[in-house]
Amino acid sequence: MRSMNQLGNDLYTGKTSFPFVGRRRLWFVIAAILVIGAALVPFVRGVEFSIEFTGGSQFTVSNVATPDQAAATDAVQSVVAGATTKVTTIGEDSIRVQTDQMTDAETRAVTAALAETFDVTTDEVSSSFIGPSWGQDVTRQSLWGLAIFLALTFIILAVYFRTWKMSVAAIIGLVDVLVITIGIYSLFGFEISPAAVIGFLTILAYSLYDTTVVFDKVRENTHEDGEQSGRTFGESVNLAVNQTLVRSINTTVVAALPTGAILFIGALWLGAQTLTDISLSIFVGTIVAAYSTLFVAAPLYSLLRENEPELKARDARILEARERSLVSA
Amino acid sequence: MATPTPVRHAWRALTGLIVLTAVLFGINALGVYAFGKSSWVPELALDLQGGTQIILEANTPDGSQPSPEQMDQAASIIRQRVDASGVGEADITTQAGNQIVVQIPGQADEETRNRIESAAQLQLRAVLYSSAPANTYVGEDGNTTPYPTPEPTLNAVPTAEPTDGSDVSWVTDALYAEFLAYDCNDDANDPANEPADQPLITCEADGSIKYILGPVELDGSSISDATNGLNSQNGQWAVNIVFDGEGSEKFGKISQRLYGLDSPRNQFAFVLDGLVLSAPSMNAVILDGKPQITGSFSQETSKTLADQLKYGALPLSFEVQSSNSISATLGSQQLQIGLIAGLIGLALVALYSLIVYRALGSVIIASLAVMGVLTYIILCILGWRMGFRLSLAGVAGLIVTIGFTADSFIVYFERIRDELRDGKSITGAVEDGWGRAKRTIYISKSINILAAVVLYILADATVKGFAFTLGITTAIDILIFILFTHPVMQLLGRTRFFGGGHPLSGLDPEALGAVYRGRAQFRAPVAAVAKTPAQRRASRSRAEAERRQTIAERKLAQQAADSRATKEGDD
Repeated sequence: MRSMNQLGNDLYTGKTSFPFVGRRRLWFVIAAILVIGAALVPFVRGVEFSIEFTGGSQFTVSNVATPDQAAATDAVQSVVAGATTKVTTIGEDSIRVQTDQMTDAETRAVTAALAETFDVTTDEVSSSFIGPSWGQDVTRQSLWGLAIFLALTFIILAVYFRTWKMSVAAIIGLVDVLVITIGIYSLFGFEISPAAVIGFLTILAYSLYDTTVVFDKVRENTHEDGEQSGRTFGESVNLAVNQTLVRSINTTVVAALPTGAILFIGALWLGAQTLTDISLSIFVGTIVAAYSTLFVAAPLYSLLRENEPELKARDARILEARERSLVSA
Repeated sequence: MATPTPVRHAWRALTGLIVLTAVLFGINALGVYAFGKSSWVPELALDLQGGTQIILEANTPDGSQPSPEQMDQAASIIRQRVDASGVGEADITTQAGNQIVVQIPGQADEETRNRIESAAQLQLRAVLYSSAPANTYVGEDGNTTPYPTPEPTLNAVPTAEPTDGSDVSWVTDALYAEFLAYDCNDDANDPANEPADQPLITCEADGSIKYILGPVELDGSSISDATNGLNSQNGQWAVNIVFDGEGSEKFGKISQRLYGLDSPRNQFAFVLDGLVLSAPSMNAVILDGKPQITGSFSQETSKTLADQLKYGALPLSFEVQSSNSISATLGSQQLQIGLIAGLIGLALVALYSLIVYRALGSVIIASLAVMGVLTYIILCILGWRMGFRLSLAGVAGLIVTIGFTADSFIVYFERIRDELRDGKSITGAVEDGWGRAKRTIYISKSINILAAVVLYILADATVKGFAFTLGITTAIDILIFILFTHPVMQLLGRTRFFGGGHPLSGLDPEALGAVYRGRAQFRAPVAAVAKTPAQRRASRSRAEAERRQTIAERKLAQQAADSRATKEGDD
């Protein structure tokens, strides 16, 4: 196996080259399948929204000696007969009970009943009551944030790179990332919670960040090559993506390691919902973001630019010159 | 020998970083020791230290969106209520246009909840009786004695049916005894929720006077405007009120009734949330619905009263959107998980950096350490200056940014390696790699900062905490990149270990396939590895020629070689 250094060298000189641009039809077909698949997941599996979105009450009892789920249900039923309850054990000594939305008085009564059942003080019982419109408010605001952020990013990238086509490619790549990430997230059967929404918003920022780093190298290559280049536009883009490939791999690993750590600890040990939801969405998202930059955004950019008359003429000239040199050799 | 410029530049940048760190620590030390308000530990949000958060939505009667001024007013009313219930260290903020977030340590009892949730209303009541706030008297024995709790046998029903709001027959024996014993500072008193059609015992908002007031005669909705301005006759600050049509008529009648009564029954009280804002006396009969309140106002106090009357005029009701109480145990558990996960994440990143970048990995680790110190102290200072509290989402934000931060170093190191591959010397590669990496870092990090700012402005409290830490750490990241990573690389590039390209340094030109190996030693470029004997000959002669080439020519040749190789790769 070649070392990372050797791979980096070969990618840099072009000795090894992955056809990100050359085989783009294949990559686009794969991306389309992934996006459609991800979009279908919610229909097949059904998406569960956390009580922040549906409204409801949630109780968490800490320091429980024996987390008996049936006892928890009984405690709730003793206050509100027939209430829908969902009980989960968290870690070794905590128990979480989710119920229909309760009134303030009922919430307090259930808190007391749970405390008595599990022989703890009421201070150890955390309770939340969430009105059904709260989650929707958060989502609506997030969508606004998304729209404004995208518009501003579009402008900044277009100004910096001096072509709106990079903005378009970056943002299409971003949509790709979001759809696939949300699809995978719901495939795991996780509830969509506000923490998950935060995760998706982070992925948004990360995905554009990642694409920008690679696009900056593309800009450098295509810009510096100029008229004297022996490469077609597509080849220049492809070389740039290959030259930053080692960085893309390293960055993805480094970004995925800490989130993976949170995910692992949160999910396996003690189950802090906020942390697991955030870290799963980010963990999946960073990996998908790297994929999308390489296989969707970069080839798409090349596709958008190649048909510009100027570049088309230059590419034709280069290919013709290459043909001649091959013949003469 | 004169020190070369990059070295001097590097030392200057590092000194700058040390000074900056010292200043930050100094500021926090000032906060801790001189002001006694800051702390050496960042403030924790509710979900990490336990407590109760109630999110209220403020609604106007006609369903329209409350104005920002009304929201500020509403928040200050809620703050007053929470303070009145004796809860310490409450944090009350507004968000998203019509929401008020109340955070209090510990659990909120039923009484506090009810008090917080009740509607805010401005009432106008006639004054029946007023006195100093004392609830004690000096007895015949010369000792100060509190007034006794009213006897339940005292009559509580008016002996004669009161004819209007100023009728003293409202004041029954029981009410008067209660008034005498009334303590303005007792948290158990809750004048905000007393019935409107009954007389009310309450106090001036600052506790300086206590009153018995008649039943509500007008409410805030009949005030259409309130402004402050200078009285044209005596040049004093005054508050001008404008009543609407119906309000003017009612106020006219009241004014006719009150004018000429003995003090304090000629006074009229504006009551907001159960407390008297102002109780001016009626100095004239006002029939046009435009009374003016004068007195010992300053510009500021007249403005405050005008705002209170204006924005308190619309009765806001509060609906609980969500209420969240987290036990201290759950809070510390979540913090612990966050910290453990963060440490494991850091250790993994450090390990990976060392494997991939060898000794250079230690620069990443050192940069992350500097980052950690700066972030920590800035969180302390922000907790003091801006009331920033670290939430669970914020901790997640910090952990996630470990990856983001490390990326700026990865981008830089890869650029240095690229420059080495181009055949630059190590010191040259450090400078040129910096020139290129810095552009990439600036543009990509500004996208991150943009995301943080947009999220911070638009999102709700949970997301805000996350966006804030993301933004702060990105800014610190750029700072460290300029003031630490680059100068350290400049200095390391001049050491034997790194500058000589030791195999373990991560900067070994040979391992990186460089064409140029320092001190005018060359070897054949990797890309020119030939396949046929003819090509091999060509490559040898090319290597021969390269020894005589200028840098520019060499670069050109290299590019040509690259493009050939690319073509091979594509085929």
